[in-house]
Amino acid sequence: MSRHSLIRFCFVALAVPLFATRPTDDPIVVGSKKFTESVILGEIIMQTVQQTSFEAIHRRELGGTRVLWNALQGGDIHIYPEYTGTIRKEILAGVAMDSGMAALREALRTQGIGMLSSLGFNNTYALGMLTRTADTLHINKISDLKRFPDLVLGFTNEFMDRSDGWPGLKQVYQLPHTNVRGLDHDLAYRGLANGNIHVIDVYSTDAEIDYYQLKILEDDLMYFPEYQAVILYRLNLDSNAPEVISDLKMLLGTIDASAMSQLNSQVKLERKPESIVAAKWINETFGVTPTIEVKSRWQRIWQHTLEHLFLVTIALGAAILLALPLGIWSAYHTKTGQGILAVVGIIQTIPSLALLVFMIPLLGIGGLPAIFALFLYGLLPIVRNTYTGLKSIEPGIQESATALGLPWLSVLWKIDLPLASRAILAGIKTSAVICIGTATLGALIGAGGYGQPILTGIRLDNMGLILEGAIPAAVMALAVQGLFELSERWLVPRGLRLKRSD
Amino acid sequence: MAIIPADFELPLQLHPVKLSDMFSLNGVSKRFGSFTALHPLDVAFREGETSVLIGPSGCGKSTLLKLMIGLLKPDSGTIHFNNQPISPTNIQILRHQMGYVIQEGGLFPHLSVEQNITVMARHLDWSISDIRQRLADLSALTQFPENLWSRYPLQLSGGQRQRVSLMRALMLDPKVLLLDEPLGALDPMIRADLQQDLKEIFNQLEKTVVLVTHDMGEASFFGNEIILMRQGKIVQKGTIKTLVNQPTDPFVKDFIQAQRQVTVIEGNNP
Ligand SMILES: Nc1ncnc2c1ncn2[C@@H]1O[C@H](COP(=O)(O)OP(=O)(O)OP(=O)(O)O)[C@@H](O)[C@H]1O
Ligand SMILES: [Mg+2]
Repeated sequence: MSRHSLIRFCFVALAVPLFATRPTDDPIVVGSKKFTESVILGEIIMQTVQQTSFEAIHRRELGGTRVLWNALQGGDIHIYPEYTGTIRKEILAGVAMDSGMAALREALRTQGIGMLSSLGFNNTYALGMLTRTADTLHINKISDLKRFPDLVLGFTNEFMDRSDGWPGLKQVYQLPHTNVRGLDHDLAYRGLANGNIHVIDVYSTDAEIDYYQLKILEDDLMYFPEYQAVILYRLNLDSNAPEVISDLKMLLGTIDASAMSQLNSQVKLERKPESIVAAKWINETFGVTPTIEVKSRWQRIWQHTLEHLFLVTIALGAAILLALPLGIWSAYHTKTGQGILAVVGIIQTIPSLALLVFMIPLLGIGGLPAIFALFLYGLLPIVRNTYTGLKSIEPGIQESATALGLPWLSVLWKIDLPLASRAILAGIKTSAVICIGTATLGALIGAGGYGQPILTGIRLDNMGLILEGAIPAAVMALAVQGLFELSERWLVPRGLRLKRSD
Repeated sequence: MAIIPADFELPLQLHPVKLSDMFSLNGVSKRFGSFTALHPLDVAFREGETSVLIGPSGCGKSTLLKLMIGLLKPDSGTIHFNNQPISPTNIQILRHQMGYVIQEGGLFPHLSVEQNITVMARHLDWSISDIRQRLADLSALTQFPENLWSRYPLQLSGGQRQRVSLMRALMLDPKVLLLDEPLGALDPMIRADLQQDLKEIFNQLEKTVVLVTHDMGEASFFGNEIILMRQGKIVQKGTIKTLVNQPTDPFVKDFIQAQRQVTVIEGNNP
């Protein structure tokens, strides 16, 4: 993989979005969301596919449900793990259907997407207590809470607000509790540990359940929606890659909630790489040994550097090609120029994450939409600096050039652009630094780069990984800045670099 | 960039052009928005003569010069150069026959002295030896030391810069020189030196020269003919003698009077 990683990256980044329907001998692309459980499942799925004659790659930690669903429909990815509750409430929101897996499967089928049965666990909201406390009070199910109105409940803000969270729960179970606090998930665990809080909301496969020795209270009135973990795939795999689907079916029903919680805990709390945790699980469950490649830190940094450079150079190059003419035009055509500056300025105000997500329906996931977004962000500094650089040339100098009889193109090329060169170069430099910084967000839509370890590091609360992306990104920004300062020496004419002193 | 737009129209030619006129302006006016910088005026500049434009600040001297070299487009009237009406299509070629020098020199700061002077000749693909020869001739003419050719404008004194600017204007051996306060930014000693040199150059080259100045002394020093302007109009045109002895307007007398006082004050403080 490493030798061909750049070639493959280029291929995936540029070619994939162009060919929505892929020939079957291309690798199967597995996607996952940017939380640990999804990444582990994605890894398990990919390694399972690799047991077949198909090649597989894993585009991990993509931005969110919408990003993955669009990518699946667009053919940028072929398979990814999802939850039935998410499919029902987010992906197919507004589509009328009966409850149950069959209805869901049918609704997906009309969209060209297949769904396999549950992997074996239901990752839904649950209420948890320290096993010690629960056992003392003889609390086993949520109904039991009614008998203890003085217990302090600590819920995430999302759970407090969602209609299928606390408000509905309180009503259905007739819970009398008044001491209910909204707080951060991590704080909730800490509050639980030191006894300030007695009941918290969790996901039933959270890694911490094991670690804090929580007891999950039984949802005896079946209030919480079903979030069965399932595999979604493009239906054309049924005919193009039947052995992949039949191999994936072997996974069904093999992972229960506590097994998943264990796997999560190995990654989150024991800090093992997902690929190793997945391979170990496959080995224990099926007796086969997937070949996994664990890259050293330096190999990873090198790969991310190549990916990052690829994004930035292409985006910056394209931005220069468009922004220079725009800036020149603006400087000499005041009316349309103001319009151009305004439009380019407005683009700059679009939040980068939003811009990236807007790109997905148009350009799919991967390098192309990221490059396009970076390209848009790169325009303003160059257009503006070119404009001001040209505008601030003394009128007498331009008039003298024209009065010599030089045609306008020669005036532009021989006089105006060299005189504005310092400003233009500064604009390109700013643009490059912005690009390098913003490109770290590209990982959210599968573009790779330094954002990948940062994203993983944030997810796993692993400072080492965050720095693995952040430090090289900062170094690259500084290096590029230095490079531009050096390039001033041969791009800015000598006469402009002189001090008055002689 | 002041380039005459393509929709520039040639009005009917109303005034016959005298063959000896290098420049002739007929009914030429110029407005900036609602402000009239030049009211319609007729004026001609005879071949081989040095004419001086003078008048209070803002009276339209520079505007007139810019119209003549096509940096501005007149709102009315025609301008003939060497018996051809200037238009957007021919102005670029005609400019090869005009040299233009402005107050601060308008030198290109990113180009060396040599590059500044030869930029147009190189654009026209002159041979290296022709360029060298012309450069040496001009250096001798303007008494500019050859060892400073590789310097940049920032490394020159004000007087040296104006000499370079003049060489650049003379490079293609133009028929006319349009000089907009070429000595305006220089201190008095250097200015006196350069005045003398300039006059000698003019006499030697026998070119048609239109020179703008603020200073009546300078005007009478250079000009066969002095054109006094005020608020976008020509007040009087003639030799310094005519202006002093037969003023056609009280303003002429006032202007000369005021200038004399200045000269006296300057004279008392050498
Ligand atoms: N581009 C322009 N836009 C608007 N007004 C202008 C422009 N150029 C010149 N003017 C105005 O036109 C008038 C004549 O200007 P011009 O530069 O010809 O004066 P001048 O006689 O050369 O003055 P000075 O001796 O100060 O150089 C002035 O009032 C000036 O403010
Ligand atoms: Mg002026």
